[in-house]
Amino acid sequence: LLCVSPTVSLTVFQEMEDKVISPEKAEEAKLKARYPHLGQKPGGSDFLRKRLQKGQKYFDSGDYNMAKAKMKNKQLPTAAPDKTEVTGDHIPTPQDLPQRKPSLVASKLAG
Amino acid sequence: ADIISTVEFNYTGDLLATGDKGGRVVIFQREQETKSRPLSRGEYNVYSTFQSHEPEFDYLKSLEIEEKINKIRWLPQQNAAHFLLSTNDKTIKLWKISERDKRAEGYNLKDEDGRLREPFRVTELRVPTLKPMDLMVEASPRRTFANAHTYHINSISVNSDYATYLSADDLRINLWHLEVTNRSFNIVDIKPANMEELTEVITAAEFHPHHCNTFVYSSSKGTIRLCDMRSSALCDQHSKFFEEPEDPSSRSFFSEIISSISDVKFSHSGRYMMTRDYLSVKVWDLNMENRPVETYQVHEYLRGKLCSLYENDCIFDKFECCWNGSDSTIMTGSYNNFFRTFERDPRRDTTLEASRESSKPRAILKPRKVCTTGKRKKDEITVDSLDFNKKILHTAWHPMENIIAVAATNNLYLFQEKVN
Repeated sequence: LLCVSPTVSLTVFQEMEDKVISPEKAEEAKLKARYPHLGQKPGGSDFLRKRLQKGQKYFDSGDYNMAKAKMKNKQLPTAAPDKTEVTGDHIPTPQDLPQRKPSLVASKLAG
Repeated sequence: ADIISTVEFNYTGDLLATGDKGGRVVIFQREQETKSRPLSRGEYNVYSTFQSHEPEFDYLKSLEIEEKINKIRWLPQQNAAHFLLSTNDKTIKLWKISERDKRAEGYNLKDEDGRLREPFRVTELRVPTLKPMDLMVEASPRRTFANAHTYHINSISVNSDYATYLSADDLRINLWHLEVTNRSFNIVDIKPANMEELTEVITAAEFHPHHCNTFVYSSSKGTIRLCDMRSSALCDQHSKFFEEPEDPSSRSFFSEIISSISDVKFSHSGRYMMTRDYLSVKVWDLNMENRPVETYQVHEYLRGKLCSLYENDCIFDKFECCWNGSDSTIMTGSYNNFFRTFERDPRRDTTLEASRESSKPRAILKPRKVCTTGKRKKDEITVDSLDFNKKILHTAWHPMENIIAVAATNNLYLFQEKVN
């Protein structure tokens, strides 16, 4: 007779129980699988710092003023510039900056 | 129309103010019942619209200051004019809304169109008389309370003394006098000496409805502190600390995020307070700190969706909650333009929808149901088909009657109890 060790079967049973009992833990596992480098401390300082930094925009007054001076000499295009794209040598003004929330989830490229 | 960011009835319920993302305030007034239009009783029509806040850019700190109105709070009416406080992230303003329905006519020195009269043409002296004119509602800013908040203001609350009010940001709470704009007293400061040690922020604050020395503030960790301003000038030491014990074995990455309290409201009686976290609403008895007396699940089926709700940032949505006038029922919003009401005794909950399709004028709202099991019944909605972009964050209940205001993105819905 081959007896299955009682401790082994108990462990298997408990793992299944966890998955059944806690949808939250299952979601956590899903998240950790997608973003393995996600913050060591659960829901802590990263979120708070992101919250406190809301509204931070990076603005260089020198570039802004130089671009304004350049624009004066150039012929302004008749069509309104595409507000969703900020590329090339168009210096963004505070109004133009797209409302983009910085993601807390690190890129998979980052260490 | 812009996204509505706050909704608030005044003390009598005759006026309803909404603030939006564009910094505008729109005030609605309840129509009086008249013999000629009996059905119009209860209808709210636009009374006044004004631009409260403008976008600003703080060049020194490279900070964009949104014009979005975070909160509006009415002052109790003391004369013919109405006053309200409106705030964006940094600045609180006191607005006076007054009516003008008379105009003076018959001036001596100027014509009716305002042109100055030639002095030699003035042959007799007359007394100007007041003549009725079309009602004009004017809003004028009376006070600007600025430069007192480094972080973003999330709450304002008028004290029951009707002379002071508090404003709370992520780390500090300030006390103001309505007449004084150049000075504010800091009453709570939870900023750590080293910002690396920051573990929680203030999420909401409110004065007790009757005790002018008492206020509460909630945190991102799901706790509420009650403070008594008589005990010390700086209320960093709380008088009461409300926290529900957590089962450590059920802790997950999401636990703290979903426990963050997005709104705290005292009951009208002043005996209870209600807190809203991501998945539930809890009623606390002020005399019992170790657990809430009632817990209502708003949308428990979302617990199995936390991963995607985290990815699309919905897990950070800040839902508000409110009491009805008699404190017998509470209301809060959810997704898919659903909102929920919970009657407390006996317990009964209802899910309703605020959308054009389901809200024909004078039609009775049909209760909705989210299907949480595999088998979907007719008219039920599955969790996967919920629209998470249609969120109801702001709701308000008339102080005395069963009339509710529900903001669904950029639309405002007003529902009232059917009167036979």
